Amino acid sequence: MGSMIYLKDVATLALDSQKCTGCGMCLDVCPHGVFKMNGQGLQIADRNACMECGACSRNCPAGAISVQSGVGCAAAVINSMLGRNGGECCCGPQTGQNQTAKSGGCCC
Amino acid sequence: MEENTKGLDAGGKFEFPIIQEQAGCGCGGDNAADADDSGSSLDQPFVSGSLSTPAGLLPKVSSRLTRQDRWGTIKARFGVGRMNYAVHPGLYALGEPDENAPVLVTANYKMSFDCLRQALPGRNAWILVLDTKGINVWCAAGKGTFGTNELVYRIEASGLKKVVRHRKMVLPQLGAPGIAAHQVKKLSGFKAHYGPVRARDIPAYLDNGLRASREMRIVTFPLADRAVLIPIELLGAAKPFALLSLALLVLAGILGRSGFQTNLLHDGVFAVVALFAALFGGAVLTPLLLPWLPGRAFSVKGLSIGLVTALALMMARGVDVGAWAGRVEVLAWLLIIPAIAAYLAMNFTGASTYTSLSGVKKEMRFALPLEITAGILGLMVWITSLILRWE
Repeated sequence: MGSMIYLKDVATLALDSQKCTGCGMCLDVCPHGVFKMNGQGLQIADRNACMECGACSRNCPAGAISVQSGVGCAAAVINSMLGRNGGECCCGPQTGQNQTAKSGGCCC
Repeated sequence: MEENTKGLDAGGKFEFPIIQEQAGCGCGGDNAADADDSGSSLDQPFVSGSLSTPAGLLPKVSSRLTRQDRWGTIKARFGVGRMNYAVHPGLYALGEPDENAPVLVTANYKMSFDCLRQALPGRNAWILVLDTKGINVWCAAGKGTFGTNELVYRIEASGLKKVVRHRKMVLPQLGAPGIAAHQVKKLSGFKAHYGPVRARDIPAYLDNGLRASREMRIVTFPLADRAVLIPIELLGAAKPFALLSLALLVLAGILGRSGFQTNLLHDGVFAVVALFAALFGGAVLTPLLLPWLPGRAFSVKGLSIGLVTALALMMARGVDVGAWAGRVEVLAWLLIIPAIAAYLAMNFTGASTYTSLSGVKKEMRFALPLEITAGILGLMVWITSLILRWE
């Protein structure tokens, strides 16, 4: 069985090729092999495999990658709709003051 | 198992140093980390000794897990003490590390910590444990507690700079959503190298000059990793299941044609069995059969399991579909069981290693209203079937 693919054409991943310096950090941190480096530079080779974890954008020194990150978790989305728990699924209280950007992300 | 991963793996699968827990997701409560600034204390059951360093006496740990460690893992998998299963943050010595030994970073969820050290038999290394409030690497990275600030703080607080001469550290790849390696370098002087996803690949990664193969960088979600997540899924559904069962038993007793007790035994017990079948389909069969179920949306996968389960159950019960009451009852369960199974399957997105937030939101927009509607409608139809028997 190859890599599992969730819903297609939904990932918010975007690459600004102008800013990319080709350092390859995103290739290291992506857990789903979404990026590829070839003759023309960095490419998003498998967008549908992106789980929007945000590792690439956080570790891009050039700020060339953007993604609305969060962990795909139905319980977290429900909790956030109900205004409970800061939109986490099972985890304790949100600790980071700066983490509000993760609308409905969490762990479990 | 793996060790550290997100839990994806193994529930842990993602375990790179973290992952394993994801499954459990290990989300701990905040009380897990009361020990914050006391540093890595020697007074913890898994500490096997101490090592004198320029930063003081540091706790030594072994790569061999004790029976107590293993039992702790099992308990956490079943939700016992899972929210408070933490080690003290700080610096630990694995084996007999010297000033040139590698530095490995992990979360202070005990299962993450155990996964990591267990993957390094015969190795000498420093383990820097961040305060993630007892949560595994992957989940904590998503929340930001396994983050740049905490790492930089912990490097200073632990005295790591006095303990090692080099300025390199190995981070779990699944911690990358929380940590910006370039900022760590700027703020602490340490160059952060992302290790493999799974702790078991760390020895090969170290021996290969801190290079990971492509396979080591990819998160998977094999059967074993999905299976370990099942107990927590079941536990999460236990309370609603119990309440709903009670409600159905009482309804069946009151609304049935015969006396309360007879009804309860005839319709009520079957209703509980049917509920359990829905739970089993959504929280057990769906995770196990995940890659082979039709559809990409988890709710669709759960729906198909639910339909099959419902049909099988109706055949087993031998409902008399010649009568209206029987037909209506079949309809009720064909609505209720798939609705519940689909809902539970949808919830498994949180434990999976490949669902995106955008995808989950999209799925929920169509699935959640349908699940709720089918569930309520099914309940009404079921009540109708009880009343129909009065005739």
